[in-house]
Amino acid sequence: MEHTFYTLHDFLVFTKGSAYYLMGAVILVLLGFWLFITGRDEEKFIK
Amino acid sequence: MSAEVTTGKKTLITPFNVVVGIILFLGLIVTYLRFTKGLAGVTNLSDNNPWGLWISFDLLCGVALAAGGYTTSAACYVFGLKRYHTAVRPAILTAFLGYSLVVLALHYDVGRPWRLPYPFFVQSGPTSVLFEVGLCVFLYLITLFIEWVPAALEWLGIKKPRDVIIRMTLALTIFGVVLSTMHQSSLGALYLIAPSKLHPLWYSAYLPIFFFVSSIAAGLSMVIFEGTLSHHYLHDKMDATYRSEHDGVVLGFAKAAAVVLMGYFCIKIVGLALDNNWSYLFTGYGAWYLLEILGFVLLPAILYAIGVRERKLNLIKWTSVLTVLGIVLNRFNVSLVAFNWQLAPVDRYFPSWMEIALSLFIVTVGLLIFRFISTYMPIFYEEEKFREHASVELHEHPVKPHPQTFGH
Repeated sequence: MEHTFYTLHDFLVFTKGSAYYLMGAVILVLLGFWLFITGRDEEKFIK
Repeated sequence: MSAEVTTGKKTLITPFNVVVGIILFLGLIVTYLRFTKGLAGVTNLSDNNPWGLWISFDLLCGVALAAGGYTTSAACYVFGLKRYHTAVRPAILTAFLGYSLVVLALHYDVGRPWRLPYPFFVQSGPTSVLFEVGLCVFLYLITLFIEWVPAALEWLGIKKPRDVIIRMTLALTIFGVVLSTMHQSSLGALYLIAPSKLHPLWYSAYLPIFFFVSSIAAGLSMVIFEGTLSHHYLHDKMDATYRSEHDGVVLGFAKAAAVVLMGYFCIKIVGLALDNNWSYLFTGYGAWYLLEILGFVLLPAILYAIGVRERKLNLIKWTSVLTVLGIVLNRFNVSLVAFNWQLAPVDRYFPSWMEIALSLFIVTVGLLIFRFISTYMPIFYEEEKFREHASVELHEHPVKPHPQTFGH
């Protein structure tokens, strides 16, 4: 009788928790992506 | 074709005309069969699959790929990016034709097409998502028609009604953006009713958001793609201003498309996490899903970014093709491939050759009308009669009058 019984609460805690971590990563990815796209714009502007 | 006849350099029997002729001939035959033998006579639709290729391609893809109209006009008039003004009129024309063909395709797909106005005028069902989609498409088609009319009026030399419509541009744009936001997302919401039929990798409570965000990328990419084709085949119909501003439009739209696609990729991953669907990635459907979001979402986002950063216009143009294919693949996956995924193979839907022929017929009709209008009407150039008028209107270009005279 050692079978683990997962509840809806367990599911939401797990999925929302992983989504929060992902959203943090998304902010960093989008920031880096934007800097990559506009990198040469700035060089052109400085020159 | 008209240009060829006018110049007299080519005969009417060209490979393009022969292929178009065959497609039109087949389309007319299928049209006759559809309206004499009914849907069962020409389609493989069934009770399990009442929506087939005509909904997946002609409607879902048609609406998504016609999103260039609201994205371009929003960029120009709502966000004030006037440097994209030259792209507005071709984008509006593409959107207007796209939505017109969506409605034309619906006449084939709906069992009793003469009852299409019933939901609006006879017996409405305002609690239905489909009602909202229908009403938005109906109103947006009218909006696009009004936005396109100034080109026809300039062609006919009618000034007063044209000026009245020009003054309505901002209001029409806002109305169009609101309607597009609503129905682009609602097309995704249609599939929320079928959680047990749609594969978990494609089913999500966020389907409306996915459809809306991807439609923006589709619209931006279609403007680049359509502009590239127009530059190649309708170059002589463009004036110097349009040509000189074209590269700026391509770079600007590619930058926007890169950001939108990367955002779309991120919310798709978050959607996976919220439904805890990771385990499905290691199945056959998972491989197909990964192909879609890695090959047709993430890859184009990166390619667009490289193209913008390195100013590689050819890379951007090919990436727009990849993005358009990706949007088509996504709509096909949601509505056909991953739909009814648990059914036995014998019960799955595959379109008949007549359904495919009719879809080709509708696209071909759209291409021909686009070519006719762009050849004769001021889409890529400015009518001489309105040139002086335009220079007064367009405060951003007081020295070099803008080719597009509708708007501010």
